[in-house]
Amino acid sequence: MSSVFQIGAFWLISLVIIFAAILMVSSRQLVHMVLWMAVCFLGVAAMYFLLDADYLGLVQIMVYAGAVSIMMIFGVMLTQRPDIRESLLFNSQLKLAVLVVLLLLVLTGGLTYQATWLQTGQAVPPNTIEHIGTLLLSRYVIPFEVAAVLLLVALVGAIVIAKEVKPGARSRD
Amino acid sequence: MPVPAINLTVGPTNFVLLSAVLFAIGLFGALTRKNAIAVLMCIELMLNAVNLNLVAFSRFVTPQLFTGQIFTIFVITVAAAEVGVGLAIIINIYRHRLSVDLDDFDWLKW
Amino acid sequence: MVDYFMYHAWLIPLLPALAFGCITLLTKQWKWLSATLSVGAMVSGFVMASFVMAGVLQHPELAEHPLVYTLTWLSMPGFTVNAGIQLDPLSAMMLFMVTLVASLIQIYSIGYMQGEKGFSVFFSYMSLFGASMLLLVSSANLLELFVAWEGVGVCSYLLIGFYNHKISAREAAKKAFITTRIGDTGLLLGLLALQLIFGTLSISELAQKIPQYQNIPLLITVAVLFFLGPIGKSGQFPLHVWLPDAMEGPTPVSALIHAATMVVAGVYLVGRVLFMFATVPPVMELVAWVGGFTAIFAASIAITQRDMKRILAYSTVSQIGYMMLGLGVGSLTSGFFHLWTHAFFKALMFLGAGSVLLALHHKGDVWQMGGLIKKMPVTAITFMAGGLAIAGIPPFAGFWSKGDILDATLATGHVALFVIGAFTAFLTAFYIWRLIFLAFFGPENPENHPQESPAVMTVPLVILAALATVGGLVGTPWWDLWGRFIHFGAYEAPVANWPLMIGDFLLGAIGIFAAYMFYCRDREKVQIRELQRRFSGLYNLLYHKYYVDEIYMWFNHTMVDGVARLMYLFDIYVVDGIVNGLGATAIAAGAGLRVFQTGRLQNYALVFFLGVLAVAVLLAFTGPQAAWLVGGVR
Repeated sequence: MSSVFQIGAFWLISLVIIFAAILMVSSRQLVHMVLWMAVCFLGVAAMYFLLDADYLGLVQIMVYAGAVSIMMIFGVMLTQRPDIRESLLFNSQLKLAVLVVLLLLVLTGGLTYQATWLQTGQAVPPNTIEHIGTLLLSRYVIPFEVAAVLLLVALVGAIVIAKEVKPGARSRD
Repeated sequence: MPVPAINLTVGPTNFVLLSAVLFAIGLFGALTRKNAIAVLMCIELMLNAVNLNLVAFSRFVTPQLFTGQIFTIFVITVAAAEVGVGLAIIINIYRHRLSVDLDDFDWLKW
Repeated sequence: MVDYFMYHAWLIPLLPALAFGCITLLTKQWKWLSATLSVGAMVSGFVMASFVMAGVLQHPELAEHPLVYTLTWLSMPGFTVNAGIQLDPLSAMMLFMVTLVASLIQIYSIGYMQGEKGFSVFFSYMSLFGASMLLLVSSANLLELFVAWEGVGVCSYLLIGFYNHKISAREAAKKAFITTRIGDTGLLLGLLALQLIFGTLSISELAQKIPQYQNIPLLITVAVLFFLGPIGKSGQFPLHVWLPDAMEGPTPVSALIHAATMVVAGVYLVGRVLFMFATVPPVMELVAWVGGFTAIFAASIAITQRDMKRILAYSTVSQIGYMMLGLGVGSLTSGFFHLWTHAFFKALMFLGAGSVLLALHHKGDVWQMGGLIKKMPVTAITFMAGGLAIAGIPPFAGFWSKGDILDATLATGHVALFVIGAFTAFLTAFYIWRLIFLAFFGPENPENHPQESPAVMTVPLVILAALATVGGLVGTPWWDLWGRFIHFGAYEAPVANWPLMIGDFLLGAIGIFAAYMFYCRDREKVQIRELQRRFSGLYNLLYHKYYVDEIYMWFNHTMVDGVARLMYLFDIYVVDGIVNGLGATAIAAGAGLRVFQTGRLQNYALVFFLGVLAVAVLLAFTGPQAAWLVGGVR
């Protein structure tokens, strides 16, 4: 990708993503966290569009920026505590965690920087959604079906775990 | 390490670096935040970083095969399921212990 | 008949052993049956031994070429032991003497042990002892001899501690066993050395091999170690301490084991392997000096003792010293001649003492006796016969045997030992006749009600007195039957050494006269008490046996108990410290590691990513071959 627009778009979107992520991790209020997280997700969706993965960008917006963020809000709502302001933001292993993360980042960054990537200059086919659909139902049909079962199981499981037990009811066997 | 003066193209390196930074931020949050839901959100951030990586590779290495994109679809699926179940667990714990402070959840040592 | 028993001499130890087995397993409740079995076995043994003796007397060549017949007892690669019988004049004489004296003493015991608890057990032990002793004197192999040696030691222990309700008896039995054990250790080491050096423990084979051995210093060490056994078993200085305490046992035991037979086992052993000692003259000197010193040492103690049996015990130690002296100067003849005569007169005197003790209800202090000759004439006269024998008055037996020893000592040039021996002869006569005059003569003690012992006891006394009188006549300078059969090296016909004989007689006579003056003429015994007061330091030293027992006990408490205490402290602090330290280390390590088990998810996640970091660094910077370290493929 070498056009000015693309380069500029990349850097702009990167800034948005990173800025949103940092603000998310360091915000005091949980709802603020969710909102920043949504911004981050939207940024990532924009990045997908930049990378010619339009279907994926849409899925990202729908699932992440939509459903997951709302689920988080629900979670925050259902686990409210009187003081929504946390007394201490970070736990006791802050310094050590910073160290580990920085080291990992340096290592990964360094290795990435000096790596030579295999690049094919192939063009992306125009109708990605058509190709993805075909692939999903032909080559990757088994993972597709398994994923469906997984979603069912997760659904049922979440209901079972979060179900309210009325006082005096028999315990389930 | 070769240091390019001004990079005028956007290649896989850029995307991998971006993904690494995002992952690091998410990891930092997952290791240090006290609220359980905050940690869950940071985990989502890490998963997004990985997705970004995959899609970038798909675009630059196998654009015709859409390998990375299919992979990403599945990751999104599983991540969504995981969020659902994780929130259900947190709600359950909250109901019994009236706290979502991870410092209080020390039952892994029994 | 004679030949039959010569070739079946193994029956002699066997019969008493069978009697022991029978009494222990079958007939313990029938006292008379047990006694009869025991006495019968020993008397049969005496009859057989007489035949053997007759046979040996007919074949004088057996002195150089003994009759040996064995069977293979142990056979391992490199170590073969043939056990069996060796008949030569020495062993035949010992068989004869042991069976004779043992038979007489067992007959006596029927009367002495009358009414005692454990009557049958006593006879079973006596039979076992008899079997062991007879095996010892007829052994063809040193290992077989050692087994019998230990056997007599065990019987001694059992019989000393026979009155096991008395603490003093139990302690004395332990003391006897432990003290002889010290000697036995030396003997065992000597045996091992002989086996290693010469490859055999057969006495006849060793008699050929040892005189040719060149490495004299090694042989000296072996001989000295070997000699420790006889020092212990025969009660020589410094291992003599158990013999006087052994008087805790019944008097027949003292007579048989600690006068006539077991204690002379050491002398027999030295005589048996005299060829080994003769090859190392320094050790012969050692034997002679140990014997001579013990003789005078024990005699000097005996003149102050009060208990009748103890006087006789110290006398035994002293007389065995004489025997060792005789062997040490190279005279097998005189050493064993004295062994022969001593068996008779010492057993006689012990049985006489037993008779007195029985009459006085086991009260043994001679100062509380007196005038016993009036009520116990047989005992007194036989005892006096023994006294004359030991004092060396001709024609009684001791004169000839003691004279032989002193003659041999002077003839081989040991003048100092001769003087010691002569002075000891004087002391011997003195203390024995002190005993006789105090006990049998003088005013009677009104508290005592003695009466003569029954015939079953007095008849053996009379027989032994007869033997003590004439038993020495087999070794006079004019009819040296003894010397012709029992000699070491070439036979030398004896010459009557008149000055020496007269000197011996005078020594004995002066001793008796001195005892008469102090203890008989002086009715109130003032002069002796005056002497006691004037030389009270010397008197105390002698009365307390030169404090040897006290020194040994001090050594025991300080050294042995001290080392034990050190070991105890070592065990408590070092060994337990290490073990407890291991436990403490485990606890500390656990406490240290417990810090990481917080139970918190984020802590674990941090450690997880630390690990990821480590693996990534490893893989990034050490090349592809590091992949197998983390489970990858090379």
